[in-house]
This record gives sequence, C-alpha cells and structure tokens, in this order.
Amino acid sequence: MSRWNQRKRTLALLGCAALLLCAVTVAGLLFQPLAMETDFANKQLAPGPGHWFGTDWMGRDMLARTLTGLSLSIRIGLLTAVVSALLSVLLGVTAALGRRADAVISWCIDLFLGIPHILLVMLISLAFGRGFVGVVAGVSLSHWPSLARVIRGEVLQLRQTTYVRAAERLGVPRGRIIRRHMLPHLLPQFLTGLILQFPHAILHEASVTFLGFGLSPEQPAIGVILSESMRYLTTGKWWLALFPGLSLVLVVLLFAALGEGVRRLLHPASAHQ
Amino acid sequence: MSLEAKDLTFRYPRRSRGSVLEGVFLTVEPGERVGLSAPSGRGKTTLCKLLSGYERPDRGEVLLDGRPLSSYKGFCPVQMIWQHPETAVDPLLRLGETLYEAGPVEDRLLDALHIQPAWLERYPLELSGGELQRFCIARALREGVRYLLCDEITAMLDLITQAQIWDFLLEEARQRELGLVIVSHNTLLLERLCTRIHPLT
Repeated sequence: MSRWNQRKRTLALLGCAALLLCAVTVAGLLFQPLAMETDFANKQLAPGPGHWFGTDWMGRDMLARTLTGLSLSIRIGLLTAVVSALLSVLLGVTAALGRRADAVISWCIDLFLGIPHILLVMLISLAFGRGFVGVVAGVSLSHWPSLARVIRGEVLQLRQTTYVRAAERLGVPRGRIIRRHMLPHLLPQFLTGLILQFPHAILHEASVTFLGFGLSPEQPAIGVILSESMRYLTTGKWWLALFPGLSLVLVVLLFAALGEGVRRLLHPASAHQ
Repeated sequence: MSLEAKDLTFRYPRRSRGSVLEGVFLTVEPGERVGLSAPSGRGKTTLCKLLSGYERPDRGEVLLDGRPLSSYKGFCPVQMIWQHPETAVDPLLRLGETLYEAGPVEDRLLDALHIQPAWLERYPLELSGGELQRFCIARALREGVRYLLCDEITAMLDLITQAQIWDFLLEEARQRELGLVIVSHNTLLLERLCTRIHPLT
C-alpha cells in the first residue's frame, strides 16, 4: 500500500465504492422475490444464523428487504440526482448567458425555493401518477433551484475572468468557450450538487411514500421499511430499524467518498500527490 | 490605416471615484512603437483594455482603419498581452489546448520564443510566469494581428529573458508592420524600445 501514491489509492477507493454500490443494486434486484415472501411460522425473529437481519411481522427476511430497499433507493436517488443536476446546469448556464433568460430563470428559482419542498414533491408526484415515475419526477423537478443558483453565479464569475475574456478576443466561438472553459470549472459544483442531492432524494422519497403520495406500501422501499418499523420499535423489535437505517447511512457515505475521490482526481493541483 | 482612440472617457461601474480616463486621444500607426508611462493607477491598463475591446468606453470611440473596433468579429486584430499571464490562461486546460484553441499558431513562433514541445502537455500550474507569458505572446501573434498592446509583459522576468523577448517582439513587429503599445514603469526600457513616449496624464 505504501508504494502506491495517493492518486492510485484514491482510484482504488473509488473502484471499491462504485463496486460495492453496484453490488448492492444488483443484489437488491436478485433478492426482490425473497423480500416479498411471507412466512408466518418465522415472524419477528431476532437476528440470527438463518436471518442475519431478523424477520418482520409477516416473517419476511429483513436482509433481503433491506437490500431490495437500498437498491430501489440507489436507483431512485441516482436517477433524480442526475436529472435534477443536469437541469440545474442547463438552466444555470442559460441564465448566466442572457439577460432576459436570467430574469425568467431567476424568477422561477425564487418561486420554487419559496414553496416547501415536501409540498412540491407531493403535488408533482401526484400529477405524474405516483409510483416510481411520480417520485422521480417529483424529487428531480423540485430540487434543481439551489444548484442552478450556484451554477449561475459561478458562470457569471467565470465570464469575468481574464482567460475567458482573452479567449473571446482571440475569436474562440461561444460554444467552445462554454464547453472548454466553463463546463470543466463547473464540474466540482456539479458533483457536489449530485452527491448532496442523493440523501435528499432518498429522504424525500421516504417522506412522500410515508404520506401516501409516493411508492405503494407493498414495495420494499427503505422509506416504507423504516416507517413500518416505527410501529414495532416500542415493542423491542430494534433490528427492524437499526440494520436498514445503518445500511442507508453506509450507502450515503459511500456516495460521499465517491464524490470526494472524483473531485480529487479531477483537480490539476493534486496531480502529483 | 491606424489605431485611434478618440476622446476616451471611462469609469468602472459602481465606483464612486471619478473617471479613470478622461478625454484621452491616442493614435498608433503600423510599425510604430508607442510607450505609455504614468504613475500607478492612472489608467494605463484600462486604456489597453479599451483599445483591445475588453471594455467599452463611456464616451468616445476606438477606431481601427476608421471602423469602430467593436465591428470586427472573431479574432480581434488588436491583441492585449496581460501583466499576469497566470490569470490569462485557463488553469484546467493543458497549454497546448490553450495555445491552439482559436486556430493554428506558426511553429516558427514557438521556436523563437523558446517554447519547448513538452510544455504543451503541461497545466499552467506546472510552468513559471515567464514560461506562461511566452504562450500568451505566441497566441496573440497569430495571423491577422495588427496591433499588440504589451501591459508590463516582462516585469516579472530576469533581464536576459526580458532582452530575448523584446528582441524577438521588435523583430516580429518590424517584419509584420505591427503597431506596438508598450506599458512599463521602467523609463529606460521605454526609451530603448519605443519610437515615441506618450505620457498619460
């Protein structure tokens, strides 16, 4: 390990994190049938050799349910984070490049930020017919404004830098300036936004689902599992909340490590570390 | 056939202080080398920015061959070389990309400026200010440039490199009939380089 430089170690860490997340996603898909399988002879078992995470009130294996839930959360989180981050970049860059577009988009940003997120997510999810599509649409269409605002500011600042203005005077076309001078500088903000979006997406998915406007209750989503477990927590069924909750934290941490690693690798100042 | 500044007045927005430049007239002919000298803060750099189209004057106009400078699209025939080259190149791009992003640059220029081919693969952080300045000069000397505004371009260099760069620039300007505007605090340097000195008051 000592012979590896920091760059290689970061790369290895990145690979591990990505692999683990992929593994969880795939395992969740494979365990889906098992997660729905009820077995009333073995209900509410504490964690043990047969069921590592225990079983719930219908005798379903919690390990399978947790993996399936995480898999669903990762997929929803990724999809919404990517969609809303792309939306933010598009709107942020557009806002920064034209005065009239700026007025319209800034107004939209203020409007969206003025409405409570959860209300917006509920309404959009309802309008899109609930379920997977509803949650994805709801979360991604309500989470772009803050990142869009950051990106707009960043682009406004970039436009004033000497190197962008020198490129303009040298006759570099506008599209190429955006592609080569602006987008690479926006990448750190974009990635940070993407990562911060992820826990948000899961939390909002869980809360809309809890309120009955999101995923249907028979789906083993992590939000559904956690809200169900609240009912049994007071009767001493600690494993119903602990393991799913812990694994959720782990997944979020993995994503954070992933983002930090990518940022470090991309930054030229750290090229020699 | 000249670069003319007519009655230029400019103030930076949102600053309560008065104008940086007030009623400035300046004409530079091709092949001429005009030195600008004035104490700090009198608007030498601002005048260069106005002449090369980085800023627009509040009053007055900049004419190139009788046409307003803003009517030239694409590569601007009046190029400014900045005092701080490290701010004038994108820190996230390899210098090769920075150099060629607006079009081809003659290899002859790279040789004359002692730009080593290996530098093209590096990031700006990995080169010194003087090395970066050579890239800025090379990309400004593309085909189509007519006037070069040199804003303290050798202030950070040792004397030998300064001499090399100025020798090259003077030769290049003579061959291509370029007009130069040279800004420096070093009056000896200006006297040596310029055909006339324009004090900015």
